[in-house]
Amino acid sequence: MTGELYNIIWYLLVGVLLTGYAILDGFDLGVGGLHLLARGDRDRRIFLNSIGPFWDGNQVWLVTGGGALFAAFPHVYATAFSGFYIAFILLLFMLVFRGVSIHVRSLREGRAWRGFWDWAFSVSSVVASLLIGVALGNVAWGVPLEADFRYQGNLLAQLHPYTVMTGLMVVAMFLMHGAIYLVMKTEGDLNARVRTWVRPTIIAFIIMYVIVTMATLLYLPQMAEPFRAHPLLFVVPALSVLAIANIPREIHLGRELRAFLSSSLAMALLLVLFGIGMFPELIHASNDPALSMTAFNAASSQKTLQTMLIMAAIGMPLVVGYTFHIYRVFQGKVKLDSMSY
Amino acid sequence: MDLVLLSRIQFALTIGFHYFYPPLSIGLGLVLVLMEGMYLKTRDPLYHQLTRFWVRIFGLIFAFGVGSGIVMEFEFGTNWAAYSRFVGDIFGSPLAAEGIFAFFLESGFLALLLFGWDRISERMHFFATCMVALGAHFSAIWIIVANSWMQTPTAYHIVDTAVGPRAEITSFWGAVLNPSTLDRLAHTLMGAWQAGAFFVISVAAYYLLKRQHVAFARASMKVAFVVAAVASLGQLVSGHSSAVTVYEHQPTKLAAMEGIYATGKSADLTVIGWVDEANKQVIGIKIPGLLSVLTGGSTDTVIRGLDEWPAADRPPVQLTFQTYHVMVAIGMALILLACGGGLLAWRGVLFKHRWLLWIMVVAVLLPQAANQLGWATAEVGRQPWIVYGLMRTADGVSDTVSAGNVLFSLILFTLIYVGLFVVFIALLDQKVRKGPLDSDLPRKQEARR
Repeated sequence: MTGELYNIIWYLLVGVLLTGYAILDGFDLGVGGLHLLARGDRDRRIFLNSIGPFWDGNQVWLVTGGGALFAAFPHVYATAFSGFYIAFILLLFMLVFRGVSIHVRSLREGRAWRGFWDWAFSVSSVVASLLIGVALGNVAWGVPLEADFRYQGNLLAQLHPYTVMTGLMVVAMFLMHGAIYLVMKTEGDLNARVRTWVRPTIIAFIIMYVIVTMATLLYLPQMAEPFRAHPLLFVVPALSVLAIANIPREIHLGRELRAFLSSSLAMALLLVLFGIGMFPELIHASNDPALSMTAFNAASSQKTLQTMLIMAAIGMPLVVGYTFHIYRVFQGKVKLDSMSY
Repeated sequence: MDLVLLSRIQFALTIGFHYFYPPLSIGLGLVLVLMEGMYLKTRDPLYHQLTRFWVRIFGLIFAFGVGSGIVMEFEFGTNWAAYSRFVGDIFGSPLAAEGIFAFFLESGFLALLLFGWDRISERMHFFATCMVALGAHFSAIWIIVANSWMQTPTAYHIVDTAVGPRAEITSFWGAVLNPSTLDRLAHTLMGAWQAGAFFVISVAAYYLLKRQHVAFARASMKVAFVVAAVASLGQLVSGHSSAVTVYEHQPTKLAAMEGIYATGKSADLTVIGWVDEANKQVIGIKIPGLLSVLTGGSTDTVIRGLDEWPAADRPPVQLTFQTYHVMVAIGMALILLACGGGLLAWRGVLFKHRWLLWIMVVAVLLPQAANQLGWATAEVGRQPWIVYGLMRTADGVSDTVSAGNVLFSLILFTLIYVGLFVVFIALLDQKVRKGPLDSDLPRKQEARR
């Protein structure tokens, strides 16, 4: 293999890890966002236990994605996390709080205790989703980079209309995904209520999707360049629209798993779209496109990329295998028992 | 305030808080494997109850460990960007490997461990327990690989790139198996086993003092004392061989650990003492020549003193010296407690004397303290280097982040971690008081099967 191929593969693999994260942690972040809509303690416990066995493993996709970014593109890891310092510190706080709140919320009786952790869980889920979306928006919009990739960022400059829009789009996307997941995991009256949440969240997502797409075409024409050059790529946005349109249909037909897979596919396609628009850039330089960080200039040595690929080839099939198995063990409606949250 | 200092304080705080949990998960993970294994072998319902109870405690510890651990994965980027750029080619791989081989395994099978009791067979559950424990150990392996490379960097060369020089790997296995990896791995893992085992002993001793769950407590102790004794004795070996590695590869650290200023043969080993840094001497109880004997096998072994290096290349001496010596003292106490206590428990004497049980209750703090102090020795003793001899800590910091921002995050971390620690202790206390439940015993049809 030629050298450049490893860079391209790792660009894809980091994308795969982040897509895995979005699809998997996306639904439990979405459940978090919807958590306060559940009335009463029992319903909230059902929400928590619907994600109980999974959220922790889902979050590992982010941790591994971070590790892979560090190993494959250390400059991107360094620039992004130091440049978006406050945003990422806040994201980390949200994730710390969120994990703890899921675990401890039901360990004590008492309205104040449970109420506090219910709020902590829900707010941290929404804020984390928002920050992830804002980060994504910034990476595309671009930040001023110095010649040695250094970037002195500040939070206020990172929160501008475009990135807030991408943030809200991700929140809406995760809420939609979480609502569909809950339809799959609940039964009875609660299920009937959760069903009514699917449509508004889909609509919210579509609205944000359209706004972000228009803003991208207007302000970031370079993202549309690959599609102009290779019209065949229009298949991706077309499929993504079909996948979204398929969700209400499957819900209506009572095929919840298919609806969930459809939503997962829509999210994956959205990220593919993003990846195509970005490639080979990882962080766009707004001051001078020539300074952008790419899969080639920000990467580790060929030897490391090669070693890491072997590692991923050994490890990831195992991960996918047992993750699939574990999801199967816990498939079906949530039932509370003595070991539940 | 100074950016480098603030960044260092923040890293020390976040890793110190985090490192309260992983040793417990690693140690308790091993104990769980033994307990559930005993149940499958003996079919004694008591061991089933043991496993269920300790799994609940494990779940709590794990949640806090994961929460505080996710911060660590990203803190190299947020606060040590220059370091990340310089070593990413080498240091990033073990972190990624930890995700792929350890965290996925641990968190995936944790689901079965915590929630799978009625959904999978007993054997499958035991397998899940083993995988969780294995995952916790794997995670230690990769972190020790990464940190050991910072202590004794090997298998790299410095390459000039368009954006400055950086260390690039020349051999993956050479970097993984750098000179200090194996010793430090053994030392860290056994430290974790000690933490887990003494944690179980402490809770069990508390029940015995309260005269509650007596059979449960004794059975817990039996398993835990075995682990504690093996680990505590093993620490003698791994501790010794770690120190020899430090002597061979990090002479400034060894000199600081023992407060040696003048290079020479027949160096003394201080048992307890105080470094008089102004006069370059150690005041305390010393064993003449023993340091030379322990490191090189004879009194002729030359120990290099701090005077050989300019002041700017020396680590903080007093802090390195004291953290190291207190750790060693605790290590010795743990051997006594593990072996002596285990013997007394076996003879039944332990259960007759309340003061002995009280010692066992309090002993839970010792391995935790030793683990923290040991890491402090390793990290403070490496200073002023972030990668020993290769990059200075001050050069590794994220200089695009303002000191004000770091101060902000440091204050936030402090507040939140204090709050979380209080919550953790309160919930742990609650779970311990609640004790093992009747529902933790195997169900009848299962017992017959």
